[in-house]
Amino acid sequence: MAIKDYIRERFFPHMWCPGCGHGVVLNAMLRAIENLGLNKNDIVMVSGIGCSSRISGYVDFHTLHTVHGRALAFATGVKMSRPELHLIVPMGDGDALAIGGNHFIHAARRNIDMTAVVMNNRIYGMTGGQYSPLSGYGISATTAPFGNIDQGFDIVELAKAAGATFVARTTTYHVQQIADILQEAILHKGFSVVEIMSQCPTYFGRKNKEGGAVEMMKRMKDMTTPIGSKAKEAHPELIERGVFVRKELPEYCSEYNKIIERAQKKGTGKGR
Amino acid sequence: MSKSIKFIQGNEVCVEAALYAGLNFFAGYPITPSTEIAELLASRLPRIGGRFIQMEDEIASICAIIGASLTGNKVMTATSGPGFSLMQEALGYAVMAEIPSVIVNVQRGGPSTGLPTHVSQGDVNQARWGTHGDHAIITLTASNHQDVFAMTVDAFNLAETYRTPVILLFDEVVGHMRERVVIPEKGEVALVERLRTAVKSGVDYHPYLPREDGRLPMSDFGGVHRYNVTGLAHDMWGFPSGNPQVVHGLMRHLIDKIQNNAAEIARTREYYLEDADCILISYGSSARSSLHVVENRRKRGERLGLLELQTLWPFPDHIVRERCCRAQTIVVVEMNMGQVLEQVKLAVDRPERVFLANRMDGVFINPTDIRNILRLIQGRGI
Repeated sequence: MAIKDYIRERFFPHMWCPGCGHGVVLNAMLRAIENLGLNKNDIVMVSGIGCSSRISGYVDFHTLHTVHGRALAFATGVKMSRPELHLIVPMGDGDALAIGGNHFIHAARRNIDMTAVVMNNRIYGMTGGQYSPLSGYGISATTAPFGNIDQGFDIVELAKAAGATFVARTTTYHVQQIADILQEAILHKGFSVVEIMSQCPTYFGRKNKEGGAVEMMKRMKDMTTPIGSKAKEAHPELIERGVFVRKELPEYCSEYNKIIERAQKKGTGKGR
Repeated sequence: MSKSIKFIQGNEVCVEAALYAGLNFFAGYPITPSTEIAELLASRLPRIGGRFIQMEDEIASICAIIGASLTGNKVMTATSGPGFSLMQEALGYAVMAEIPSVIVNVQRGGPSTGLPTHVSQGDVNQARWGTHGDHAIITLTASNHQDVFAMTVDAFNLAETYRTPVILLFDEVVGHMRERVVIPEKGEVALVERLRTAVKSGVDYHPYLPREDGRLPMSDFGGVHRYNVTGLAHDMWGFPSGNPQVVHGLMRHLIDKIQNNAAEIARTREYYLEDADCILISYGSSARSSLHVVENRRKRGERLGLLELQTLWPFPDHIVRERCCRAQTIVVVEMNMGQVLEQVKLAVDRPERVFLANRMDGVFINPTDIRNILRLIQGRGI
């Protein structure tokens, strides 16, 4: 199938700014799904609120555009009811880790089979450029006019600590790697987290004098390096990209099926 | 499920009724005085192949049931005041996206943490207006276990009929009290099942295009129709729209589908109203004390009557106005500062006839409390 078979052309043009990284993610995500040959009826995309979350409207799957920060909780209800469906949950950094931080760590802890995609542009774009928990110290934002004093999260470390069984990071510069990682993440049985560093030239770039989309993407290329590279040894400040965690642990819905078996062995629906 | 007689808590009755109605997905978070509902369903649901999950908070709980409802399940969550506060945003989402769902609030004293193990009826207005924005909502309540059963089944039926969240507003006394209840046999009480679209695969399905009767057939997530669901104002495709005409049509639909059917949704119980010159209006556990007073006074020849409300929202003002037209005195008995009182005053002619008999100190309002207030109203002193 061609890419256009996966989108709802009726709803285009999209609402993202020129140079936004989210379109790159959409493209790579559809490539990954195409490569996997998944049936569109078997995919549910659940998103929250923000620029990134609008991605769900543009794709021809079952799509659930929810409230701010709670996409993973909605997705949990869908997945538990229909474990055979593929759940993809694209979120922004603020959506996933500020207002949605609690749901993020608990979904990871349960190891429920879904793919959380954090499109990390380090800013609240839709509301006009406020700092997020991923902005990091010293960043300029409309709500940090004298510089941000909040320390940033490291999504990979957070996801690892919370119990995610597949954790990866890449950037919108590395388009092929996005598709490769997403393919693996979607197939992974368990909670997978994929951080995709993305650019917001309109707010983050302008406020922090990082230039336009091209300069920002080049910057992401320069500031990252493959996991375990020689460059990392020489320059420890480089951000690693690649797959950090890939492990098998009991998956939540499979475990719940065992609960059903146990409960049904114990007795009928009557009594306690 | 065969007919059986049980002596159980109101919360347990709610569970029996929800399962009777076809509940197969529950998500919740522990909170007094509703926790028994979650505990029981953790055991009961997997036995029938249903699913239970304890989420990380009440916000996640209501979000999870909304997701589960979209796959075709009958869903419920249960909580109390603080949890109900947390659920308000997603409750509005269920209103906007028209997701059949049942939300139980076993009321305790508030505001804030308030009185976790003591009774209150302070969330009546929160049930109506807790979530932001103009909207309509259905809220049911009950004073005894047989009615807890009936209202719970009704809640599921109304949720499916009107594609809407329905709030079951119980209170701590009803939730924890033990009383006899007869569980009806399967088939004895009519159930409303999900209305699914007849549109075939490959043909355009409009998830938000109401039929002539105002109902919107659904299509299960995972099925042959792929569509968008959003909390944004949306068109018939479920796609975001800011078009004033589209928004106006959507708002009218959301409100009219419930307000225009207020008479259908109204449920009340009436005791000795025919010749009553003093009518008590009450609901939930306070209606029990009210009925006790009425029956007691009737024996002495006093013409008291009771109008018990089971539907709180949409407020059954037509019934209240009609039943109260000849009464000299109307006394609203409730455990708050007069939340239903205000509705009654708006509903009746000559609102100066309407008085409040209340407690809001966490103590169950008993017949003596009501009798004392009645004596004051009648100018007889305590």
